[in-house]
Amino acid sequence: MNVVEKLVWQGVCLRADLVANSGVCALVAGEQVAIFYLPETEQQVFALGNRDPVGRANVMSRGIVGDLQGQLVVASPLYKEHYNLLTGQCLEDARVCLPVYPVRMDGDQVQVQAGN
Amino acid sequence: MNDRKIVVIGNGMVGHHFVETLVGLGTGDHITVIGEEPRPAYDRVHLSEVFCGREPAELALATRDTYREWGVQAVFGDPVTRIERAAKTVVTASGRRFDYHKLVMATGSYPFVPPVSGADHERCLVYRTIDDLGRIKAAAKDSRTGVVVGGGLLGLECANALRNLDLETHVVEFAPGLMGVQLDEGGSRMLRRKIEALGVRVHTSKNTREIVDGSGAALAMNFADEAVLDTDMIVFSAGIRPRDQLARESELAVGERGGIVIDYKCKTSDSDIFAIGECALFGGRIYGLVAPGYRMAEVVANQLAGEPAQFQGADMSTKLKLLGVDVGSIGDAHARIEGSISYVFSDERAEVYKRIVTSGDGKTLLGAVLVGDCEDYDTLLQYFLNGIELPAEPESLIVPAAGDKPLLGAAALPMSATVCSCHNVTKGGIVEALDSGCCSLGEVKAETRASTGCGGCAAMLKNLVEDELSARGVTVDKSICEHFPHTRQELYHLARVGELKTFDDMLAKHGRGRGCDICKPAVASIMASLWNEHVLEMPHVGLQDTNDTFLANMQKDGTYSVVPRIAGGEITPDKLIVLGEVAKKYGLYTKITGGQRIDLFGARQHELPDIWRELVAAGFETGHAYGKALRTVKSCVGSTWCRYGVQDSVGMAIYIENRYKGLRAPHKIKSAVSGCTRECAEAQSKDFGVIATENGWNLYVCGNGGMKPRHADLFATDLDDETLIRYIDRFLMFYIRTADRLQRTSVWMDNLEGGLDYLREVVIEDSLGICSELEQQMASVVGTYQCEWNTTINDPEKLKRFRQFVNADGGDPEVVFVQERGQNRPARPEEKIRLVARVASAAGAK
Ligand SMILES: Cc1cc2nc3c(=O)[nH]c(=O)nc-3n(C[C@H](O)[C@H](O)[C@H](O)COP(=O)(O)OP(=O)(O)OC[C@H]3O[C@@H](n4cnc5c(N)ncnc54)[C@H](O)[C@@H]3O)c2cc1C
Repeated sequence: MNVVEKLVWQGVCLRADLVANSGVCALVAGEQVAIFYLPETEQQVFALGNRDPVGRANVMSRGIVGDLQGQLVVASPLYKEHYNLLTGQCLEDARVCLPVYPVRMDGDQVQVQAGN
Repeated sequence: MNDRKIVVIGNGMVGHHFVETLVGLGTGDHITVIGEEPRPAYDRVHLSEVFCGREPAELALATRDTYREWGVQAVFGDPVTRIERAAKTVVTASGRRFDYHKLVMATGSYPFVPPVSGADHERCLVYRTIDDLGRIKAAAKDSRTGVVVGGGLLGLECANALRNLDLETHVVEFAPGLMGVQLDEGGSRMLRRKIEALGVRVHTSKNTREIVDGSGAALAMNFADEAVLDTDMIVFSAGIRPRDQLARESELAVGERGGIVIDYKCKTSDSDIFAIGECALFGGRIYGLVAPGYRMAEVVANQLAGEPAQFQGADMSTKLKLLGVDVGSIGDAHARIEGSISYVFSDERAEVYKRIVTSGDGKTLLGAVLVGDCEDYDTLLQYFLNGIELPAEPESLIVPAAGDKPLLGAAALPMSATVCSCHNVTKGGIVEALDSGCCSLGEVKAETRASTGCGGCAAMLKNLVEDELSARGVTVDKSICEHFPHTRQELYHLARVGELKTFDDMLAKHGRGRGCDICKPAVASIMASLWNEHVLEMPHVGLQDTNDTFLANMQKDGTYSVVPRIAGGEITPDKLIVLGEVAKKYGLYTKITGGQRIDLFGARQHELPDIWRELVAAGFETGHAYGKALRTVKSCVGSTWCRYGVQDSVGMAIYIENRYKGLRAPHKIKSAVSGCTRECAEAQSKDFGVIATENGWNLYVCGNGGMKPRHADLFATDLDDETLIRYIDRFLMFYIRTADRLQRTSVWMDNLEGGLDYLREVVIEDSLGICSELEQQMASVVGTYQCEWNTTINDPEKLKRFRQFVNADGGDPEVVFVQERGQNRPARPEEKIRLVARVASAAGAK
């Protein structure tokens, strides 16, 4: 039998729960997802895995966001590696990458797509 | 790939460097490296740093993956026990066989243990490998005293390690002086004097006759002169001997006193076998340093790649820090060359000794000895290596304050001058790197690897690169990051003059892009120093490091530690009980800090507000341990209780701590107040320290402990209370105004043109006419103080930030603790896998 994972949009919180130019963590289908809110960008919300693969702790939502050489990034609060908000790619180490979750604003609701 | 098989015996520093070089040359050989130690090559040179807290894993030069990626077969923990030269095969202890076309021996050396009865006692150790280090640490645990046998370079390094392990440390040396190989008699004497001042006991001209069970300690050493020394452990560091056993058994030529004989191609007496590193004997000499070994490795790799290469001996000059004492030795340190003349400078008060040895006509430098001050080392070495003609008065090179020292600028060096001897990088190589597009120090380091070995050439390299860059018309960029073309000091000035109150204002006016984790916290700190708003006010939120955001210190597992303020280290029994109760209730690991406070570890993000509600209710305030801010003002008990105290140091410490608490600065600030000159509060190791005198207070500034300890300088004497506080106000505000990001007071002062005298002029004589402004600014910061935690727990909006999940209650389930010595500690990854799996399977069973 073929198991097809179904991805669905799940509402996780409201815009008011987000903090501008910073991150929060949400629990989506058992996974910890870091959601960053950059109100002045086109996409506005970005979602990456909350686990820091280098420091091995769930802390990415607590990093500082910004840009480096034109890429939007978040810096790990533990050892300060930078990760691209769109691709999850670590700028300092090509072998390290964070999972990226599809995320959108539906009116005032923040929705994330994750395994069901 | 071709089918030539290269086998390397020994995966130490040199064996690894050989493999790395050969792989880099792309010869396509089948390479096998066989090591006796259970782990891939590591940096032996920096082994001692493990005693100061560096993880052994950080010393690794390679991992198993490195070799896999390079296509190199690597074997660990299985030494070669036989070479079958006729069959061209090596055999390991476990019986594995490897064929070779070319064999490279890089078996290094072993520590020599003199044949003294009792030296095989289990508390007699050596110091060469990571495993040795573990044994030394283990033995030190139940020792009070430790002896190092051998007063050479390694012995003294080992003595430092024992001292760091808090042992009463002795050095026993057979010869009449320390470091006899590198130092002349005068230098050796000065070194001894300095080391003894640190509390290390030095015994020279001592011949150990036997080691027996002791009465007062585990062991007793009986010397030939009838003296006896009790000790709990002994580390032998009496020289090294080449590991040439395999070569002997295979009937390769070895030296009379050991060492595998090699020629200038690093070939042994079998032309298919090379030997490199500390096992090799070249020109009757063993080279006991890593750089010559690296040169040999390169010589062999190049030959195998079909390039001609020769080993031509190597310079054994060294510069190092032993027990915190700078020591340098260049060339003919003992003036053995006939007709040479010496210039000696000795200052017993500053404990500095310098000697240069020149040719009879005074034109060429032949050697040098430096103890206590190595500032001249780089310059002297360049004179020596490149045969640059000395100035007419050679002594001017070592005599301080004899007018302007003829500085040998980077520009004066010939292109052939070696800058980095670890990686053999010349000035020419660096210029080439700059020509081919490197435009910063970091890029040059990455490209040439200069200064990535022992780091001794860092200052010289920086000068050279900056010199070359400015010669090319490149202005050296001191911007804080890519978003602001300014230094922190400039940003501070811009914010103050322009009355900019938010990061966005700053970015709009003076920056570009969106900011990053460098400039955001730096600007936030400037805003806090200038305007002192709560760090969690909306416009400042996203700017803070996580520690400032959550008003606590993040630990490696993502939990936080909590440090309430205990001003001056004074605390009532009731408050002490509250700390214990809170720690117990929330399962917090409790530890006393060096700053006389109590640190509570393992607090989860969502519990922080609850914890602080209880602490605030009991009268505690935040301790700002998370901020670049005033941390603690340590104190001794002072005249109130102490028989020697001359002033109330506790009272003063509490006053100072309460005055400056919460003051944001470019870096953390620490202080202390001692009640008399016995200095029990260690005020001279602080950013500003106060020591009581019969007539008032002495103020010291710009000291620090930590990685690079520095004693504070005496700034002003016999001050009354009011003047003392006035000077500190001015000093701190001037620092906040003018220091660079993350620059501690000590480095700040070193970089102030004019140094301490200038600082005195500004703070005491008001030479810039800014003192009243500085005082006003301080008054306004002091007047607007708020306990950040008190404000936070009363503001529902701010409290929202502390939820672990925006959409669920509770904490991070992957934060797991285990018990150790009766308290919680974070589970290690391997423990976590077990524990989390157990929880998961228990949950699944429900
Ligand atoms: C504490 C300490 C501090 C030092 N500080 C400095 C310094 O400041 N500057 C400096 O230049 N040098 C310093 N040195 C010296 C430097 O570490 C050595 O010069 C360098 O490590 C030599 O490299 P090597 O590869 O020849 O030997 P090693 O690094 O000793 O490597 C030899 C390896 O071969 C293995 N081996 C031996 N026999 C076999 C066999 N039969 N089969 C398989 N494997 C085998 C050994 O186990 C070892 O791992 C220091 C050394 C120590 C111990």
